[in-house]
This record gives sequence, C-alpha cells and structure tokens, in this order.
Amino acid sequence: MHPAPSVIFFTVFSGLGFGLLTWLGLGYPSVTGWTAFAFFAIAYAMAVGGLLSSTFHLGRPERAIKAFTQWRSSWLSREAWCAVGALVAMGLYGAGLVFLGERYSLLGIIGAALSMATVFTTSMIYTQLKTIPRWNMPVTPVKFLSLSLAGGALLSGQVTAALVLLIIAGAVQLLTWSMGDKALAASGTDMASATGLGGIGKVRAFEPPHTGTNYLLREFVHEIGRKHSQKLRIISLVLMVALPVILLALPFSHFLALLAVISHVAGVLTARWLFFAEAEHVVGLYYGKR
Amino acid sequence: MTTLPTQTDKKLGLVIDLDTCVGCHACVISCKGWNTENYGAPLSDQNAYGADNSGTFLNRVHSFEVQPEAADAAAQLIHFPKSCLHCEDAPCVTVCPTGASYKRVEDGIVLVNESDCIGCGLCAWACPYGARELDQAEGVMKKCTLCVDRIYNENLPEEDRQPACVRTCPAGARHFGDLGDPDSDVSKLVAERGGMDLMPEQGTKPVNKYLPPRPKDAMPEFDVLAPFLEPVAQEPKGFLGWLDKTLEKL
Ligand code: SF4
Ligand code: SF4
Ligand code: SF4
Repeated sequence: MHPAPSVIFFTVFSGLGFGLLTWLGLGYPSVTGWTAFAFFAIAYAMAVGGLLSSTFHLGRPERAIKAFTQWRSSWLSREAWCAVGALVAMGLYGAGLVFLGERYSLLGIIGAALSMATVFTTSMIYTQLKTIPRWNMPVTPVKFLSLSLAGGALLSGQVTAALVLLIIAGAVQLLTWSMGDKALAASGTDMASATGLGGIGKVRAFEPPHTGTNYLLREFVHEIGRKHSQKLRIISLVLMVALPVILLALPFSHFLALLAVISHVAGVLTARWLFFAEAEHVVGLYYGKR
Repeated sequence: MTTLPTQTDKKLGLVIDLDTCVGCHACVISCKGWNTENYGAPLSDQNAYGADNSGTFLNRVHSFEVQPEAADAAAQLIHFPKSCLHCEDAPCVTVCPTGASYKRVEDGIVLVNESDCIGCGLCAWACPYGARELDQAEGVMKKCTLCVDRIYNENLPEEDRQPACVRTCPAGARHFGDLGDPDSDVSKLVAERGGMDLMPEQGTKPVNKYLPPRPKDAMPEFDVLAPFLEPVAQEPKGFLGWLDKTLEKL
C-alpha cells in the first residue's frame, strides 16, 4: 500500500490524541483549571489535527459530511460518529474541569469509552480488508488500542502505566510483524487463484495492461519501500518502546519525559509508515507483484 | 444504503472467454469511449502525451504466460480482460461510508452514485480485483457500470443494447446475460465450459465468470523416420572440443 503522509499522520496523531483523552476522561491526571486546559488543548490538537489531515486524501472533501450516513454497514462511517461523540463528550467534560473546576466523572468515563471506540473503529477500517491479509487479523485492533493507551499514558504523565503499556504495545507490535509476514501466504490468494490459470501450470505476468502507471499501481503496489523494512522495524521499536522505557525508568524529570514523548512519536510514525508500505494488496498479483 | 441486498431479481454480468481472447484491447477502447461520453464523469487522462501518462479505465487487459509442468510442454500466452465482476457479496459496497456505492436489487449491477462519493478510496481498497479507479480529475470513484445506459436504452437499435465491450469484441470473447437464470445462454456456456470464479477464497461470489483456455492439441510425430536419424553432432570436435575440455578443467 502507498504510505500516504496524510493517512499516516491521521492514524498516529488521532491515536495519540484519543489515547490522551481516554486517560483524562478517567481522571488521570486529576487536573482542573489551566493545567487541565493545557492537557485538553494538546489532546484536541492531536485528535482534531489528525482527523483534519485524514480529509486531505479525499477526492471530494467538501462532501465529507455524507460519511455519517452509513454507520449500519461501514466502519469508516462508525469512526466518524465515534470521533464526533468522543470530542463532544470530552469537550463538555473538559469545560467542566477548566471553567467550573468540577469533575463530572460519568461524562468522563463515557468520553473515555468513546475515545477508545474511535481508535477501535479506525483500526477496523484496516482490519476488515480481506484484500490485505497482513491487516486482516484480530491482532490489528489490539495493536492500535494498546499503542493508543500507551501513548496516552505517556502524554498524561502516568509513568508506571506507561512503562507497562509500552512494553505490551511493543510485544503486540512484534506479534503483528511475525504473524503479518505469513499472512499473504496463509490467505491462499496467489497468482494461480487470481487468474484461475494455476491448473495449467505456473503463471507469470507477461505484459501489464498499460505502458504507464495507473491508480492501482500507485495506490496498492509499493514494493520499493520494503527494501529496508527489517532495519526500519528495529529503529521503530527502539524509538517507540525501548528508548521511552529507559527514559521513564530513570529518575523522573520533565526534560526526560519530553524526550520520551518525542522518541515515542517518531517511533510510532516509523512503524505506521511500515504498516502501509509493507502491506501487500492482492491486486498486485495481477501485475506479478506483491 | 450500503448494506447488500440479500437477493437480486437478476444477476446480470459478463462471461469472458480466455480461450478466444486475442488481446487486441478493443474492449478497453470501446469501454473508455462509451463511458467517457455517457453515464457520469468522463474518464480523465493525466499527461496523456507525456512520458508518464496515466488515466482512468474501467476495463483492462493483462497478459499472462503459463508454463505447464511437463518438461516438453510449450508455454501458453493468455490474454486476460478484467473489469468489475459485479460480485454478489461485494466488499466494495459495504465499506462505503456515504452510500455512494450500491448494488441494484433488480439486476445486481454494482454502481457508484457519483454525487454522493467523497473519493475516500476505501471501496477500491476493498476490491480484490482492481476493478475500481479513483478519477484524478473528478475526485470520484469510477467503475464498470455494465453499460447500464446501453442495455436498457430504447433509443439504441436492439443489437446495440449490450455492453460496449461485448458489442465491439472482434473475437466474440465477451458475453453478456443473466447468470441468475440457469437457462440463459451465458449460464449454459458457463456450465459447458467449466466457467470459474476469480479468487474464490476472497468470498466475493463474483457474478462474472471466466472460461478457461481449452487444452492444447498434442503435436503428432510428423516423420516416422525422424527418431532413427543420426543426431547432429552433440560433442564439439577439433579446436572447439579442445577449448571445451580446457575450460571444463579450469
Ligand atoms: S469486482 Fe470489485 S468493484 Fe466489482 S463488485 Fe466485486 S469487489 Fe466490487
Ligand atoms: S470512494 Fe466513494 S464510492 Fe468508494 S467508498 Fe469512498 S465514498 Fe464510497
Ligand atoms: S460493461 Fe461497459 S463499463 Fe463494463 S467493462 Fe464493458 S464497456 Fe466497460
């Protein structure tokens, strides 16, 4: 899959933003007034910034409102509803904390649940696609959720929780890589089933349908990016998990915590780039590619 | 609604004969011609006369080489037209957030309502066959309409009330009809020739069927004496023989 910057940015920052909102909704840290304002401003900048960036890859962003109509069948539509619901609930809850100094805990819990539901629905947009076996696994939503909770814990300064959750998220990430590497072969889709010609013999793509490129190749076939995938996996894991864990384990200082956040975000961005670049869409098989 | 109908009255679709397709791409051109001038936004091209040209097509013809297992069997070249298969369990429809993608109850045709499409591209992600392309000029999703504006069009002479690609194919490799009716010509053809689904494991239940290439004739031995003739020298002699041995030793 083509690793489109707008979609990478969207999934990473909305994941972090809604992760932070989840912790704030549950009352960690229990802040009011201007401190609460600062936390909420960061969370909203990330969540809303991420959502806005996702509209950049639309062909017709001016009609985006129509995406609310098909919640019965479409995960993308459900995501739109959950995101708006979470932002409204957390906005009211945050206003209570900032302006009234009051904590409406039930509203916070609802907001936290909707925030996690948003991350879950985002992950289901990818998980539901049988065409991309590497994503079509139950572990995909677990990865998005664990990463979002870990990032949220880190941003909200929950050191112990962040330590545990980062290690869990790292383990889940390793699991998705090892399972993902076998997913295409296990799906049973190959050039033989794509063409139905496997009964005659070995199928090879002889001539593509067009001399130039096209939408399908640009969007779904991204073989070059995988050249350094092993190195990038290590880099992303070090930045995303190992370094923040070490920094958090050291005696606490705000500077080290900030470094941990920056390292984590850089690591998640790298891992998300790989999430797309490594994903093989079965349509590539018609071009003899994967 | 982007939920799928549980059943459609008809299952209109195409039957594509991989045995007769000659790979001329006439269907590609007639499809682009008809669909650029009729239903929906035109099929745009980008940099059509430049070095990196690209454009929207609803039908494309791949060519595959198939090498049979048997050592002496010659490779076969198979031309492979591919357009939307109007799947019964179309994943492209259920993922659509806007309701722009839908499957018609009356004939099973899968269409995009372009004025509702936000161009998110998710339906193209969900289609295993690469049958949907996002038009770069219009920003909306384009796909084969089964020429819905021809097959019911009373303004056209009767022989033209079939998809443009079917009408134009000089080899008769594309057939159009109701695959839900077991007595239709297309259904009989599929039964007779062992019509197959593409990527059945994806669970899309395509309506379009592909007829596999017929088995090749075996080449008969044309000269009864040939096997007894002295073969042409296999072992090099003289200088070449010396060179061969020397190189072998190195
Ligand atoms: S071939 Fe692709 S676009 Fe057509 S109905 Fe099937 S899944 Fe949808
Ligand atoms: S590109 Fe258009 S038709 Fe396809 S899923 Fe998005 S809104 Fe629906
Ligand atoms: S049925 Fe019409 S739209 Fe579909 S491939 Fe044929 S010519 Fe193109």
